[in-house]
Amino acid sequence: MTRVHSKYRLGALAAAVWIGGAVTAFASGDTLRIGVTLEPPHLDPTAGAAAAIDEVTYANLFEGLTRINEAGEVVPGLAESWTVSDDGLTYTFALRTGVTFHDGASFEASDVVFSLDRARAEESTNAQKGLFSAIDTVAAPDPATVVVTLSRPEGGFLWNMGWGDAVIVDPASADGNMNTPIGTGPYRFVDWVKGSKIELARYEGYWGDAPAIPNVSFSIIPDSAAQVAALLAGDLDAFPNMGAPETLSQFEADPRYEVAVGTTEGETLLVMNQRRPLFQDVRVRKAISHAIDKQAIVDGAMFGFGTPIGSHFAPHNEAYVDLTGVTPYDPERAKRLLAEAGHADGLELVMKLPPPSYARRGGEIIAAQLRAVGIEVELVNVEWAQWLSDVFRGEHDFDFTIVSHTEPLDIGIYARPEYYFGYSSSTFSGIMEQVAATADPAGRKALYADAQRVLADDAANVFLFQLAKTGVVSANLKGMWRSAPIQANDVTGAYFE
Amino acid sequence: MLSYLARRVINLGGALLAASILVFLILGVLPGDPAEVMLGVGATPEALAALRAELGLTANPVLRYVDWIGGLLVGDMGTSLAYRAPVAELIAERLVVTVPLAVAAFAIAVLLAVPLGLFAATRRGGPGDVAVIGASQVGLAIPNFWFAILLILVFAIHLRWFAAGGFTPWDENWALALKSLILPALALALSEAAILTRVTRAAALDVLGQDFIRTARAKGVSRLGVLLGHVLRNALLPVATIMGLQFAFLVAGAVVVENVFYLPGLGRLLVQAIDQRDLAVVQNIILCLAGFVVLVNFAVDAVYAVIDPRPKESRR
Repeated sequence: MTRVHSKYRLGALAAAVWIGGAVTAFASGDTLRIGVTLEPPHLDPTAGAAAAIDEVTYANLFEGLTRINEAGEVVPGLAESWTVSDDGLTYTFALRTGVTFHDGASFEASDVVFSLDRARAEESTNAQKGLFSAIDTVAAPDPATVVVTLSRPEGGFLWNMGWGDAVIVDPASADGNMNTPIGTGPYRFVDWVKGSKIELARYEGYWGDAPAIPNVSFSIIPDSAAQVAALLAGDLDAFPNMGAPETLSQFEADPRYEVAVGTTEGETLLVMNQRRPLFQDVRVRKAISHAIDKQAIVDGAMFGFGTPIGSHFAPHNEAYVDLTGVTPYDPERAKRLLAEAGHADGLELVMKLPPPSYARRGGEIIAAQLRAVGIEVELVNVEWAQWLSDVFRGEHDFDFTIVSHTEPLDIGIYARPEYYFGYSSSTFSGIMEQVAATADPAGRKALYADAQRVLADDAANVFLFQLAKTGVVSANLKGMWRSAPIQANDVTGAYFE
Repeated sequence: MLSYLARRVINLGGALLAASILVFLILGVLPGDPAEVMLGVGATPEALAALRAELGLTANPVLRYVDWIGGLLVGDMGTSLAYRAPVAELIAERLVVTVPLAVAAFAIAVLLAVPLGLFAATRRGGPGDVAVIGASQVGLAIPNFWFAILLILVFAIHLRWFAAGGFTPWDENWALALKSLILPALALALSEAAILTRVTRAAALDVLGQDFIRTARAKGVSRLGVLLGHVLRNALLPVATIMGLQFAFLVAGAVVVENVFYLPGLGRLLVQAIDQRDLAVVQNIILCLAGFVVLVNFAVDAVYAVIDPRPKESRR
């Protein structure tokens, strides 16, 4: 309130009296007020892909066998510890005891069996069913032990079990989780005013350390001007993922706030549809890669937030290799390569752009850069639903598109020739098979490095930049995630100073 | 009168039926699949197929239409594909925000515009008239989202009298609920007030030039008496027509204002539902809006009869 000018005090007082004394004092301290851009369609992370679901529920309401921490590491969740058989096919999880769901039901091995079987069942509508595809059987020899047998080695199995889509639910309440989520997390669901806010409160029966802040409310604010206004008016304590990067500079100068810039798993790509014969020619793909000035896109479209990348891998991952030098910005070389491939007269292509600003703004800049090497691009704006039906699925009707692949550690998509961009390489697929069969961290790291190199050398897409996580956090609020190894707002470690 | 009412009801039904068919057809050709939107890029084809079946998207379109209308006739709007909650409940939750907002904005606009318009008409060409005309010009020129941001800047960020947005549910605290609608209603009212002021002024000028006004004055009726008893009453007919049209526009304007103040209103639900291809929600909201516009027109007609009791045929 220090910013309120004294002459306004009387007016503020009058307003407070007029409203019948109903104005509640700023509740800083017992409620963490967070802003989110998108409203989740529902609150069941096992039945929807929307990142907005995990942004409310992950680690706060629901927990899985393992969990992923801010550094992107797999740490114990509801499983206290585990052992893996030498052939990598049998995982034995020792579960925590004394765990209860928010409705009081006790958590046991049978709940794990139920949850995993439900997620991989034929009629399952789990959005990440692939996470469970290696599972052969799930068994509960006793209430505190779960044995999962795989049909093939899956080196990332523990990581997979840390996703929001793999959380453990109770058979009795599972069907109601969309509107009344009941998990084992440190916060329980209180209320959801649709279109407005979602409220959580500390669950007193939580098995672990109680979180420091008793209540959490998520306010849904889609409009970027409204996001800024809500922060400036002091209505929020944090907006972990601000919609528009251009609004951040005004918070950098404001002592009440800290601008928190971190990394995400979002590899932002200029995708080339390799179902088109044109893009099956590696010279064309390389020419286009050389024609793009990645830093100019980060500066122009993202106001400097983002890190140029050279392959499909997040720079914060320890297996990351910097390959930005493989196809550097070099328009002359681009023109030479295009001429070599027989396109000296230029090309006319269509670029479909989904709604996010990185795509719409980035598309304008890329179109200008491609024009400089003789490629005319027609920009077509599409909605997400249309992008999913026309570009991602269906007829794959596009030449170029720009999209950020936000799924964590998703380099494996290049081993799927049926995937929407249609890339295929037997070398790459071979490496991915080895990754799946390797559980040893050092071995996986080396294989991931090879995989990144193959994609960079092949110019499998134009790897533009890693999407930054740009948030605004109150100066007195600590313990919020700065980076987003998975899309979540884990507030269990947050506290006010 | 009875046959007149019967005609109106038939009109109403016909309009709604046409609207429902149109909405259904448009949504049918809209690209995008609700199941794909919900399950995203990681979904397996089996999961998509399972969800499509669960949502009833695999049924024949004619059957789906009949199902929808049949449900409506017994008061069932179906279930939202995205929220998985009854559509009627979702719409009702939003109406308690949007309707009070539109009514408040309308009241503010009328309370500002009618006195200002009458005042300007009586001061034709004078400084007062010029000031009112100028102000209404400015009011028309300012887009309501921009005025909304201006209001937030002054009253929420600098003065801290209001929150920058959001809505406190009525049953939680009605005073706070009302308070959260004040700035949005002002933002929404501005351009409506500007238009109504001009219409009132023009209509009043028309009436002021009539012989019966001079007669009334000659009979010794006071200036104010003439203004309220004769000018206003006669000027209201065109004003009511515009008000009816404006009220329908208010609902459209509410979409923009709801976004800036992040109010959980009907407009935002509609935009979100279109994004998610939540067909069950979209088609019912559009039908509600169409029904609403038809009802407002109906109400305006009824108001005509009160303002001008002569039978419809002999008016003007």
